[in-house]
Amino acid sequence: MPQRGLQRSGCDMLTVVLAPFAAALLAPLIVSRLRDRAALVLALVPASLFAWAMANLGEAFPGRIEATPWVPGLSVSLSFNLDGLSALFTLLITGIGTLVVLYAGGYLAGHVMLGRFFAILFAFMGAMLGVVLSDNMIALFVFWELTSLASYLLVGFEAAKPHARRSALQALLITGTGGLALLAGMILLAEAGGSWELSDLALAKSWLQASPLYGPALVLVLVGCFTKSAQWPFHSWLPGAMAAPTPVSAYLHSATMVKAGVYLLARLEPALGGTDVWLVSLGLVGGLTMLMGAVFALLETDLKLVLAWTTVAALGTLVFLLAPSFEPSVKAAMAFLLVHALYKGALFMTAGNLDHEAGTRDLTRLRGLARAMPLTFAAAAMAAFSMAGLPASLGWVAKELIGLAKASDEIGLTLTAATAANAAGFAVACIAGLRPYLGQASEAAAEAHEAPWTMLAGPLLLGALGLVFGMSPQLAADLLIAPAAAAVLGTKPALEITLFKGFDWKFLLTLATFAAGAAIYLAWVRFGAEARARSAPVLERGPDRGYDHLLAGLAAFASWLTRLMQPGLLHRYVAATFAVVGLVVIAGAFRGPFALAPLGDGGKLIEWAVIVLTAAAALATALATTRLLAVTALGMVGLGVTMIFMLWSAPDLAITQFMVETLIVVILALILIRLPGFRITSEADRPGPGTIMIAAGAGVLVAVLMLGVLAEPFDPRLAEWFGANAVPGGLGRNVVNVILVDFRALDTLGEITVVVAAALGGIAAMMRFGRRRADAGGREDR
Amino acid sequence: MSSLILRAATRALAPLLLMLSLFLLWRGHNEPGGGFIGGLVAASAAALQGIAFGPAAARRMLWLPPVGVAAIGLALAVLSILPSALAGLPPMEALWAKLDLGDGAVVPLGTPLLFDIGVFLVVVGSVVALIAALEYAPE
Repeated sequence: MPQRGLQRSGCDMLTVVLAPFAAALLAPLIVSRLRDRAALVLALVPASLFAWAMANLGEAFPGRIEATPWVPGLSVSLSFNLDGLSALFTLLITGIGTLVVLYAGGYLAGHVMLGRFFAILFAFMGAMLGVVLSDNMIALFVFWELTSLASYLLVGFEAAKPHARRSALQALLITGTGGLALLAGMILLAEAGGSWELSDLALAKSWLQASPLYGPALVLVLVGCFTKSAQWPFHSWLPGAMAAPTPVSAYLHSATMVKAGVYLLARLEPALGGTDVWLVSLGLVGGLTMLMGAVFALLETDLKLVLAWTTVAALGTLVFLLAPSFEPSVKAAMAFLLVHALYKGALFMTAGNLDHEAGTRDLTRLRGLARAMPLTFAAAAMAAFSMAGLPASLGWVAKELIGLAKASDEIGLTLTAATAANAAGFAVACIAGLRPYLGQASEAAAEAHEAPWTMLAGPLLLGALGLVFGMSPQLAADLLIAPAAAAVLGTKPALEITLFKGFDWKFLLTLATFAAGAAIYLAWVRFGAEARARSAPVLERGPDRGYDHLLAGLAAFASWLTRLMQPGLLHRYVAATFAVVGLVVIAGAFRGPFALAPLGDGGKLIEWAVIVLTAAAALATALATTRLLAVTALGMVGLGVTMIFMLWSAPDLAITQFMVETLIVVILALILIRLPGFRITSEADRPGPGTIMIAAGAGVLVAVLMLGVLAEPFDPRLAEWFGANAVPGGLGRNVVNVILVDFRALDTLGEITVVVAAALGGIAAMMRFGRRRADAGGREDR
Repeated sequence: MSSLILRAATRALAPLLLMLSLFLLWRGHNEPGGGFIGGLVAASAAALQGIAFGPAAARRMLWLPPVGVAAIGLALAVLSILPSALAGLPPMEALWAKLDLGDGAVVPLGTPLLFDIGVFLVVVGSVVALIAALEYAPE
């Protein structure tokens, strides 16, 4: 049973989350003042947050919850939870954040938009901290979407490049769609679990999993997590996101944002995990993503793309490890999460150094750079050690834990898959971390020189940290990995690490993995070019192409629907409106029996005369051969209605109706005078049988509706109230006017606003018409 | 459209119609009439002008651009909300002031009257604007 964090008052964590947003606002100002030294100042923000997180690590078990009301009426609060899991992520976000800010200061030195860059980067940092610290699901969702928006802006930072714009949009659409699914899933979870707080849901496991909403909620949440963490088949945006500047790739697209999905899976594991659906969906999707990423990484030559695909593979591995909800597996996931963030951050930064100083990221052109860039090489080599999982690196520790988890799983298939992915990781570590620096110096190496210290501090520190933790693994286990795993598992944090367990079959397996990795590397060097040439046409038909088709299909559907709904022909709109209204009313009639008032119940002679006259005018309108006649006849219909109002003692209505009808006839006549070709209706204007049916149907429908309404007993309460209150309450004897300007003045205000809007619309239409006439006249002149 | 009779009649009728419209507006709170009806009557005067002398003449009846008149009307109607809001009452709650003219004649003036004048101006402005827009479609 998971333990809930201790409730504390205060708003430390709110300050922590808001601090980067404040820095985002100030960043452009600081950059414009300090130019290239701005990064040093700005890096103090994440550095101090890192220090805060370190100082509060002691409270990470069982956790600490702080809540600030936000929208209390909707039970939305800014509640934050610092436990082992969120502490690990907070340290990664702020720690790597500090190094990335420093690094970006060097990488983008002198860039005209540096201020904007830092503003977005810091906004992202705040949003990401919000994601991992939020306990309230709505708050988490808001921060979650903010990270997607920041990612969009950062991927599209080089907005002049079409590729960057496409990639940015793709990332936004895929993660944004997933975000919507996540929101729906969270609503279902709150419905089933009875709380918006994640810490409450963790305690409501049995309810949640017994609820009929569990299945739909799980699927929606998984879609959200899988899109964010680039799982198959939503992975295609992540390689595209490499269009972002390299510091962004190191920060968002390897160390932090893409892990948000993994974070949420781990966070929800206590509430949703442990079922067959969870096991199968995470296992299948994660495993597939892991293998796909490993294979595709070997088929690229762009260093950043190679790293991006291995990130996809790593994310797959993490999801894969979270599939079985049991202890060794979760611990392995947390260890791997940490080690991957360290080595992948370092490798991206060294890749940026190569790009920046040697002018290319093409692996076929990068050789022998160790002499020109020794420190970059040192950093890359340390990171590669971890990635390959060699002894005395944190990667080794993670690999041991993964091996342990898989071995106790008793499923040979998963062990094989994990081993294959490990071997590929070993090969990629050689390709991306060692090969560019060794061997005969290439042309690009001749002009390369070492990067500035700001661009070396990050990769060196991250690489070294991987080795330090590797040599004293118990430190990493006690400080970070065990508390994080404890938050997921709901147990006390405990993790014993033995580096070497003797020469058993697992050790042999490790050796075999290294051998396989070395073999893959040699095969890559020997057959790589051929494999790339052969696979290219196949790879073009992947989900990335599917995304293009989907987008094109959506646009085509939208334009088809618009053409259908907005033909621009008035009579079509009118016909559609009446047909739909008619269908709705007819459908409503089937809901139950309804009475009709008897027809021709008495009625004075004059009333019948008016009715006959009105009906004749209506017929004349329909049969008129000139439009002027039709308009005049329509006016007569209106006059008939006016007379009925008079007969039933409604002078206000009668005057209004009379004036409106008069003005309509006059204005329409004035317009018709100006449209010579439009005066006489032609054969083509004659209504077809469909139109006649709709028109007749609408008439019958209105008549039936009126009779139906009249059959209901009249409720006089409203009329009596208005009659009684007009003089004392509204100081007026004309009840209609008192209603219009006093009792229901808000309605009237709305109506006169519509009148003004309609007048503006009419003027705009006439102006367009006038311009067209002027254009046509102009053409005739020529 | 150049009927001498129509033109002569319009010169006489249009001012009468305008006066009638103001009368309807004023008495509307107690007898049939009101801002909406008054506005329509004034607009029909403009329509008459439009038929007899062309759309431009209809526009010239107003001192301001017709859309501006409509906008002022809308602004007046919105403004009539303010007094009660400032007095701490629910917005749009009617406020009345009695204007004593002596001889026992008391004229109640209130925010609903301001609102009704706003309605009047909106209707006049909008309809005249539409008639005046016919200028864009030359004969």
